[in-house]
Amino acid sequence: MPRISQHVMRRRAVVAETRHLLFSVGPGVIWIILFLVLPSAYLMGVAFMTNGPYGLPQMPLTLEAFERLAGFGFLGWSPGNIYTLLRSLWQTLLSTTLVVMVAYPIAYYITTCRERWRPIMLLAVVVPSWTNQVIRTFGWMNLLAPGTPLSELAEGLGLIAPNMGLYPSNFAVTLGLVYNFLPFMVLPLYAAFEKLDHAQVEAAQDLYASPLGAFRHAVFPQTLPGLLAGIVLVAIPAFGMYVIPELLGGGKGMMLGNLVATQFSGGSNWPLGAAGAILMLIATFFGLFAMRRIGKRLGGGEEVVI
Amino acid sequence: MSNRMSAELAEHSDTSPTDQEVATRKASSIELHSLHKRFGADAVALDGVDLSIHAGEFFTLLGPSGCGKTTLLRILAGLEAPDQGTLMVGDKELTEVPPHRRSVNTVFQSYALFPHLSVRDNLAFGLKMRGLPAAERDARVDEIAAFIKLGDLVERRVDQLSGGQRQRIALARALVCEPDVLLLDEPLSALDAGLRSQLQVELQRLQKRLGMTFVFVTHDQDEAMVMSDRIAVLDSGNIQQVGAPSEVYERPANAFVARFMGHDNLFPILARDGLRVQSDLGWLELHKHAGQGDAGDCLLVRPETLEIGDVVPEGYNRLAGVVQERLYRGSRIEYVLEVNGQSLMVVASNLGQQVHQAGDAVTISVCPEDLVTVAA
Repeated sequence: MPRISQHVMRRRAVVAETRHLLFSVGPGVIWIILFLVLPSAYLMGVAFMTNGPYGLPQMPLTLEAFERLAGFGFLGWSPGNIYTLLRSLWQTLLSTTLVVMVAYPIAYYITTCRERWRPIMLLAVVVPSWTNQVIRTFGWMNLLAPGTPLSELAEGLGLIAPNMGLYPSNFAVTLGLVYNFLPFMVLPLYAAFEKLDHAQVEAAQDLYASPLGAFRHAVFPQTLPGLLAGIVLVAIPAFGMYVIPELLGGGKGMMLGNLVATQFSGGSNWPLGAAGAILMLIATFFGLFAMRRIGKRLGGGEEVVI
Repeated sequence: MSNRMSAELAEHSDTSPTDQEVATRKASSIELHSLHKRFGADAVALDGVDLSIHAGEFFTLLGPSGCGKTTLLRILAGLEAPDQGTLMVGDKELTEVPPHRRSVNTVFQSYALFPHLSVRDNLAFGLKMRGLPAAERDARVDEIAAFIKLGDLVERRVDQLSGGQRQRIALARALVCEPDVLLLDEPLSALDAGLRSQLQVELQRLQKRLGMTFVFVTHDQDEAMVMSDRIAVLDSGNIQQVGAPSEVYERPANAFVARFMGHDNLFPILARDGLRVQSDLGWLELHKHAGQGDAGDCLLVRPETLEIGDVVPEGYNRLAGVVQERLYRGSRIEYVLEVNGQSLMVVASNLGQQVHQAGDAVTISVCPEDLVTVAA
């Protein structure tokens, strides 16, 4: 008799558990299926279809889009797309490195300020990103165009040819990326620095570490999780960036995002655009995987990122 | 867990080989001359401190928060630079030497263990920074871990340790470097009372066994008295008194030291006539070694030297009072008496004698030799 009631109670518990799961996780799963899995699957399908007369995909299935992406066109092989891929990788690497170099001291400096000033200083870092990215990028166009003080200064220093201006150029794209992504690096680094007990820096020095050694062995490893999180937040969107290279790069600064966008707009070639998007996805996964490995090695075997 | 281990450490035999190895080091004396330090315009942390700490001594800097004791310790560590004055450790002048070039190690109040490193790497940190080869580092870490009986913890992460264990690791991390001087910044203040009193005894034994110079900072006078060979009492950047615990407790140099050492029975001296002083308690007979305090100074009457009872021995001072309050403490009984309108504290050992009730009129006797005068 009590056995049966126990059995019933257990079944009821399972039903309640299932219902609870369905209501808590269910909406999220539906959301992801509707807006991530299905569109990605569609994109994947498009990439393997034939380019129709107006750039729209049609049957039969083919690898044509990937061949085009690798540079094989009607007029034989051209390196244009490969250059775009390499430029995207280079711009991502360069701008992320520069963002780290600028954000690291800023984040540290903010933690050394008095507690009541810190929120204000963090706000100052974040506030620019409240303005539309396109508008801010236009701002840089005005600052860097030929004839502006910055351009003339660069000209005077012999850094650029006369009347060229700093914009449009790859330099302008790098600058735009660094400017745009700075807050995404400062915030996680600040969080990492804030957790750090200053007594640990003193303990390191007390234990015969030079100031540089104290940084290397006591400070840096503890900011590593923040640093790696910041790199992920900066590098992935930078790699796929569209607006900044479009506005600041001119014809010479095109990145992968622009290549993909061009194929979808103006009805030029959906399958090629889809293939480009898949390439970006694969490159991003590789990047994340590499970060994980690097993080594990630097963190002494600990999982430090995602 | 840590309680059991600390008990083992306390019992650690004096003949074990690790002991002998660790104990074969020289101790260094410390000379401070005219140290001044201020923070900002009007915050004076040290106001001309002169101090000699002997080699191999357990020396305690005692005082309330803000008295300058921590600043003094940080100057010894090199984490703070004095505005003026000199610091010698052994025969080396260290005033301008940065912390990483001083053979002085610190146990920090927060322990400041590195959370990203294992216990082993924490312990090896100082040796690594000094460039010892890995094999030697490992050997010395194992040795010190065995010495403090925490050998089974070395592969753990810091966040897996209890408070008492962290305290020990912080101590071991400093000791493994075999410094000339070990500095301890209130290392026991974060621990609960039981563990704390146990570690006080242990730390003192450890220091005796190592023969190393320990400079200990605390605001707890009981802790200071239990552990120290000598104590320096500090207040507002000045040293008030330096002496053995018994000297500081029994013959405080001034009213601040007396109050800080826990004395409540301090009475302003109104007049003095030879070996007799007048206070609010009335006229009392002093011994000739009681001090030269005169009107304006204070008379210190230690509660444990007072005796309640009708029989007053020959030559003793006699006081009459009324019991106001009785605090039963088990081993002792504390009475608050009213004598001439003044509150007088009396502490009696609980020897099974008559226990007085509030409202009882009692006679108190005081030996003249137990009374001292204290500068205001």
